Amino acid sequence: MIIYGVAILAFCYVIGQLFGEFLGKSIGVDANVGGVGFAMLLLIILSDWINKKGYLDRNTENGIMFWNQMYIPIVVAMSATQNVRVAFSSGFIAVLAGLVPIIICAITIPFLAKLSKNTQLD
Amino acid sequence: MEIITKFLEKNGLVVAFLSVGIVIYVSGIISDKLTNKKIPASAIAILMGLVLAYIGGVYTQGEKGIADIKIFSGFGMMGGSMLRDFAIVSTAMGASFLVMKRTGWVGALSLFLGIVLSFLAGVVVALLGGYTDAISLTTIGAGACTYIVGPVTGAAIGANSDVMALSIAAGVVKAVAVTIGTPFIAKYIGLNNPHTAMIFGGLMGTTSGVTAGLAATDPKLVPYGALTATFYTGLGCLFCPSILFLLMKMIFG
Repeated sequence: MIIYGVAILAFCYVIGQLFGEFLGKSIGVDANVGGVGFAMLLLIILSDWINKKGYLDRNTENGIMFWNQMYIPIVVAMSATQNVRVAFSSGFIAVLAGLVPIIICAITIPFLAKLSKNTQLD
Repeated sequence: MEIITKFLEKNGLVVAFLSVGIVIYVSGIISDKLTNKKIPASAIAILMGLVLAYIGGVYTQGEKGIADIKIFSGFGMMGGSMLRDFAIVSTAMGASFLVMKRTGWVGALSLFLGIVLSFLAGVVVALLGGYTDAISLTTIGAGACTYIVGPVTGAAIGANSDVMALSIAAGVVKAVAVTIGTPFIAKYIGLNNPHTAMIFGGLMGTTSGVTAGLAATDPKLVPYGALTATFYTGLGCLFCPSILFLLMKMIFG
């Protein structure tokens, strides 16, 4: 049933996000630390396990895949609610403080990718 | 007329579904006919979303883009963090655990580098802008991480409100620029595989920017970038007001 898939997804979301909240609290930060990441890992492991047990039928999977497909529309809605006016009208310092890190980090990416690829061969 | 606006307002989320559907449909046509599918429909749709956000912002002088216009308030719900995170988690279905495990350590390294490099870049820009005190420098540096790290850090170390506003603006600029820029820089930085996507997520950090940027580049990469990016804001909130603030205090007094 579709709802089983949605419920599995919701289960992973709740557990992962709660874990992220508690992790944040325990290291003294007023923010969720990696909640979505933990939820994703949980979903990967859980869906794999359910699949092996043979419980994952087409409809259950569709309950998860529906949200997978809704992802881009949701991102479009998210973009439409960003504070773009401030981003464009903010002063020179804010624009630079936003752009310079991107440039520096973008340059770093190929090096890190290479570094990790090399060690993989070992 | 009033009946219609009231109705649209009351059914915000459903109206948002309809509006986004139309935006994506139009984007598909533009992608097809005007760019010969060179620019993916999702990239155009996200860009159109940003344009709508700008129009909404200018029209209402609010902070939530199009969602500040009452009849489009449902965009706030649809694009809010709950549904966004829920949908991001679902993208893990079909992602390779093996790749994530193999890229794990470099993902952690990229997170650390991403925070420190962004912070330092933000500090240098703030210095050029004439800020010299450790609190303002740290807050603006934190804003260069994400628009959440900025105000959280600023509040923790007692920054004044215009510096906080500046740090939020820097973070928003970063999120928007990553969203727009990712598809264009992707081929120059080798962003076409899960491995690099994880590094990308860790270095850029802004969840909204990374996930929207990757969605516009190649939706298959989204879960990998999201996995690392989701740790970024939390770790940024950990490092900026503590170690990095102490470092700034040591240097600038």
